[in-house]
Amino acid sequence: MTPSHMLQIAGPEVILALGALALLVFGAFRGDRSTGLVSALAGLVLLGAAAAAVAAPMGTLFHGAFVADQATAFAKVAMYLLSAVAIFLGERWLSRLKSSRFEYPVLILLSALGMGIMVSAGDLISLYIGVELQSLAAYVLCAFRRDDGKASEAALKYFVLGSLASGILLYGASLIYGFAGSTHFLEIARAGHGAAGTGVIFGVVFLACGLAFKVSAAPFHMWTPDVYEGAPTPVVAFIAAAPKLAALLVFARALLQGFPDAVDQWSQVLVAIAAISMAVGALAGLVQRNLKRLLAYSSILNIGYALMALSTGTALGLQAMFVFMVLYMIDVTGFFSALAALSRDGRPMEKIEDFAGLSQERPGLAIVITVLSLSLLGLPPLSGFWAKFYVFKAALASGHWQIAVFGLVASVPAAFYYLRIIKTMWFDPGAGRTDAPAPDAQAVAVASAVWALPLVLLGLAALDPLAQTAAKAFGLQ
Amino acid sequence: MTGIPILSAITFAPLIGVLAILVLRIFARPGDEDAVKRNSRWIALWTTLATLALSILMVAGFDSSNPGFQFTESLPWFAGASYRMGVDGISVLFVLLTAFLMPLCIAASWKSIEDRVAEYMIAFLVLEVTMIGVFCTLDLIQFYIFFEFGLIPMFLIIGIWGGKNKVYAAYKFFLYTLLGSVLMLAAILYMAAVAGTTSIPELMAYKFAPGVQIWLFLAFFASFAVKMPMWPVHTWLPDAHVEAPTAGSVILAGILLKMGGYGFLRFSLPMFPHASSVFAPMVFGLSVIAIIYTSLVAFRQTDIKKLIAYSSVAHMGFVTMGIFSGNLLGVQGAVFQMISHGLVSGALFLCVGVVYDRMHTREIAFYGGLVNRMPWYAAVFMLFTMGNVGLPATSGFVGEILTMTGVYGASWGSGTWTALFAATGVILSAVYALSLYRRVVFGEIVNPKLAGITDLDWREVWIFVPLIIGTLVLGIYPHLVLGVTQAAAERLVDAWRAAAGG
Repeated sequence: MTPSHMLQIAGPEVILALGALALLVFGAFRGDRSTGLVSALAGLVLLGAAAAAVAAPMGTLFHGAFVADQATAFAKVAMYLLSAVAIFLGERWLSRLKSSRFEYPVLILLSALGMGIMVSAGDLISLYIGVELQSLAAYVLCAFRRDDGKASEAALKYFVLGSLASGILLYGASLIYGFAGSTHFLEIARAGHGAAGTGVIFGVVFLACGLAFKVSAAPFHMWTPDVYEGAPTPVVAFIAAAPKLAALLVFARALLQGFPDAVDQWSQVLVAIAAISMAVGALAGLVQRNLKRLLAYSSILNIGYALMALSTGTALGLQAMFVFMVLYMIDVTGFFSALAALSRDGRPMEKIEDFAGLSQERPGLAIVITVLSLSLLGLPPLSGFWAKFYVFKAALASGHWQIAVFGLVASVPAAFYYLRIIKTMWFDPGAGRTDAPAPDAQAVAVASAVWALPLVLLGLAALDPLAQTAAKAFGLQ
Repeated sequence: MTGIPILSAITFAPLIGVLAILVLRIFARPGDEDAVKRNSRWIALWTTLATLALSILMVAGFDSSNPGFQFTESLPWFAGASYRMGVDGISVLFVLLTAFLMPLCIAASWKSIEDRVAEYMIAFLVLEVTMIGVFCTLDLIQFYIFFEFGLIPMFLIIGIWGGKNKVYAAYKFFLYTLLGSVLMLAAILYMAAVAGTTSIPELMAYKFAPGVQIWLFLAFFASFAVKMPMWPVHTWLPDAHVEAPTAGSVILAGILLKMGGYGFLRFSLPMFPHASSVFAPMVFGLSVIAIIYTSLVAFRQTDIKKLIAYSSVAHMGFVTMGIFSGNLLGVQGAVFQMISHGLVSGALFLCVGVVYDRMHTREIAFYGGLVNRMPWYAAVFMLFTMGNVGLPATSGFVGEILTMTGVYGASWGSGTWTALFAATGVILSAVYALSLYRRVVFGEIVNPKLAGITDLDWREVWIFVPLIIGTLVLGIYPHLVLGVTQAAAERLVDAWRAAAGG
């Protein structure tokens, strides 16, 4: 294999790494007045990386530590595009707050690079490198407004708990290495062929716990509400979407390729985590008054659905997970954009009560938020329904009907809190004047709402085969 | 089969009205509020009338001797799902009923809705799309989409334009129905995975294993029993009815409740014949409890709307009983009863709306002696009360007698006893309906506030005339309905008996 061919396989990540470094140097020399230019260039770098992910040849590098296949291409396009949206949202948001700095786009680039390495990870070492790179950038992003007490608190909590989770993950990885004699997923699978030993299973459980933290699945979800509440809204829009897809895909790859013979064991672990996430997400969300905390619990619930799809261990389940995550990420990005767009007397809207009477004052955004809430609720024919349609169909087709019924029933209490948002906007009288919405964030919110209702009906016809191809990369039935 | 996709045209015609109102609303200048209100009303009225005209055309072209699906359309979608439309003798009349009631609802809201008129009309038109869609679709997933999405406009109608306790009622309506529906969704997804198709005609031919049928039946039952509503999951209905605006109540009683009965006929009986015969005695039991218990509860109500709401639950008991009787008379009677109840209970809610618009209360004790001031109103209210009781020559009679005869001849369960208890329900319905009428209409005017109450105006007369004609014509010449449903009902019952007997 020639070096140029190898570079092409890792093309998207090479572009991101070089872009991030170059922009960092450029920004350091030009100072904060270059923020706009750096952001625009970072957006272009991400678009370039997404294009490279489509065009790059498939293959493996570095003795299997780096994998590029249909699944990584699919995930990378989605993640890089969403990262570009996060740069757009965040740059405008920070400049309105007069705290715009050129590090913001660079950090997003680094986090995106981490995600790229995560999804391409073919062994435990590259998995860990990817996870850490992505997380470290995310910790800094949360503390981006360091004069904000809440944001600093959120970042510190995120960092401490995240480090703990990384430790657990590493412990699991070392156990697996100790028992299987390799860090490479395919080698591990070969070593554990026939019967997976107790030691390996132990390692898998620790690994799963560490990754469950990264996707904010219960009972490893404690950081989520605090971080969502404290971190700047565009940053939350970023960490609530793309990194979750990356973590789920690396979850899938580690388990399906590393431990194909232990499906019965890890499937139980995933079903348990999924069930707890659904219960926590649906019930704890009921008592939240803060919108960002509410969405944190909603994300826990939705990760439960995604993990349920993964727990099937079938190609159908994997396809369902891809479709689910893409649709969910668009919804949640739209929702946080709407939150970023709205403010009352210069103060961002954070409590549900702040939405009172929104349908009278800002009918356009009220409709957008209604559509996105209904989509998260899973009402047909909005995109959230199709997301659930895929995961529940996959779960039922593979015989996991108990967890599927549990998940569907869990969506009823969750419906209560989404309805509360709608109720506040449409039924309650207004509570004072709202400021003019930020045009950029509003545009993103409107775009995702338009996707959630009419466009998804056509878009799914294209997304369905793409996700199917991506799922085939794992060579399952 | 015609070249024009008439069912899609009927289903989505109201969306044109929605778009027109939206355009009007968006491009309205400040100060145009009154014009927007006026024009929204007219657009909604004309749209619903156009939909009605299309449905009449469709029914005129319907071949009632053909038991299969007609006007079918099919378009592949994605992941094996398709866009499929078609009607048979059972569904065609529900489409007509929906299209018939909608213009009346718009007219009934003409003066009583002053706040956010454009939004109100949009909600109603969207609701019409989902209701007609439910009856026209031939695809399971598509059915679920229409069935579920209808919750949102109704949630908003109750929640924004409802009475005092509207938020509670709106939530209760939504969550009750949603809980039933998610179980149905699980069953739908399972069926799609096992049978490999979501086409309703293909699923009717597919034979599920008897053990599986039991679970699938129960999942569908959870949804339809809530929608119907059957005792003991009926408690959302009185709240929703009381708090909803008049037109909302008319649609709830007239159409939304019928979706439950339609669901039994379209899914439960043909797809799970074994389970349906296993559970028929249970349904008989629940129906009898519904008929007797809710009739007694209705008698004790102090709110006119709540009384009529409970009477709806009792009448739906006749429908479920007839559906599961397993013979042609019962099934025909059930369909007839649903159509008739759509007219009569809709009209009764409109009657309540007439006095509510004038006095803004629905307390029975507030009224009394209305006949002195409102003779025309008293006559109209009398006719529909009689229809509700089931007096011969009104449509209510035909449905009750057919379902009871059908149950009497049921080959399973204790049909005779069921029919006997149901017949006492007829007496009880006379008790509560006539005493309501006496307390509201007869006697002397005691309440001084009623001294200035006015009789029906021309708008209200025009709303009631079609309903009066419908109730009487169907009562005198029931063949209009039965002739259309005959072939499809026969096929349904024969298929069920063949499958359940074997």
